Amino acid sequence: MNQKIAVLDYGMGNLRSVSKAIEQVAPGAEVRVTDDHDWIRRADRVVFPGQGAARDCMAAIGRHHLNQAIREAVEEKPFLGICMGLQVLMEFSEENEGTELLGILPGRVIRFSGEMPGGRGLPLKIPHMGWSRVEQARPHPLWEGIEDGSRFYFVHSYHVAPEDEGLVAGVTEYGVRFASALARDNLFAVQFHPEKSADAGLRLLENFVRWMP
Amino acid sequence: MGLAKRIIPCLDVDAGRVVKGVKFVEIRDAGDPVEIARRYNQEGADEITFLDITASSDERETMVHVVEQVASEVFIPLTVGGGIRTVEDVRRMLMAGADKVAINTAAVFNPGFVREAADRFGSQCIVVAIDAKRVNGEGEPPRWEIFTHGGRKATGIDAVEWARRMADYGAGEILLTSMDRDGTKIGFDNRLNRAVAEAVPIPLIASGGVGNLQHLVEGITEGGADAVLAASIFHFGEYSVGEAKRYMAEHGIEVRQ
Repeated sequence: MNQKIAVLDYGMGNLRSVSKAIEQVAPGAEVRVTDDHDWIRRADRVVFPGQGAARDCMAAIGRHHLNQAIREAVEEKPFLGICMGLQVLMEFSEENEGTELLGILPGRVIRFSGEMPGGRGLPLKIPHMGWSRVEQARPHPLWEGIEDGSRFYFVHSYHVAPEDEGLVAGVTEYGVRFASALARDNLFAVQFHPEKSADAGLRLLENFVRWMP
Repeated sequence: MGLAKRIIPCLDVDAGRVVKGVKFVEIRDAGDPVEIARRYNQEGADEITFLDITASSDERETMVHVVEQVASEVFIPLTVGGGIRTVEDVRRMLMAGADKVAINTAAVFNPGFVREAADRFGSQCIVVAIDAKRVNGEGEPPRWEIFTHGGRKATGIDAVEWARRMADYGAGEILLTSMDRDGTKIGFDNRLNRAVAEAVPIPLIASGGVGNLQHLVEGITEGGADAVLAASIFHFGEYSVGEAKRYMAEHGIEVRQ
């Protein structure tokens, strides 16, 4: 039986790279970019990408009636959040003068401070854009075969601040040390873009499609 | 700080084919953007930029297919510039698999376009490309103005002011090319780079004039750039991206290796 992998589509940006990267590491799998609830329910795994502003993301999730499907998937099957797909799992974001999020994980989303020194006499640039190291805060099946401290590609101006330190699976430094990966049971969510992180990113996706939590 | 400085090879594409020749050993088709992108990815490029120099509008669509093909097998960020004039142009490139678009001339004629594109798609995917030329007289403090149409038309707009304004409008990054240095191989104009790096809160990509690996280092240390873009030194096999990274690392610059 070929497994089914749903890439949640709620109109926030291009999901082609995400689905192509998954197809690359899961030959034979049926990868579908979809907002169809029945298909998402039948899927073996769910990938929840996202980009853009928090308020737009939440509105788009509402428009596509994906709120319930996301909650069910988080409870039931291997679930991978990417970028905004990590942030909107939290309770509240500072973005857009304050935005209520899905509240699946306790904690907030806060902005990087542009007051921080960025080196060579210049302030820290925002967005945080480029390749940064991810320290593996603890062993996890999704880190398998990935050297601790490997670099992944990031693009973001806000980062998550979970209430429960126990959720943190990866830490990155950019002006501050922030949680760049969270994990709980069958849920794994990352701030970086594995689909744009060359070999390390593809390995993480490959680990995800094989993951049996 | 932990953030690697980026090396970005840039490819000129005309009607779907890479021009200005790329000389790799063991490459079957030096004009194939997919094959060249794959090669740069293997060498450790941090991103790839495609500049569409297609003159005929009939062949614009070709670039969309190039991006689709590259994005299907090269999993690093891709930027596309050249001929991006409308929100629809931006959308098409992003849907094809580009991560960012570079807007140049259209921003000058309609600055609101940058704001509109950033609002619609997010600042992270909007790069404003600036072609700047030094205009001060001898003995005067340095001043640069922006030029459009591939550097052929003067605008009278101050380059540093312009960069600041574009950042305010929502640009996520500035791609800054020195027209004085482009093609000279004598190194970046790092006074220009430094002036812009100090003026804007967003990342700066330095471009124009790279002839050796020390120039890449200087773009970072003297110019204050976050990324360095180069074409010919990589295309003609003078240096590989891997060599460039080793050289930069030896000179104390943090790179992804």
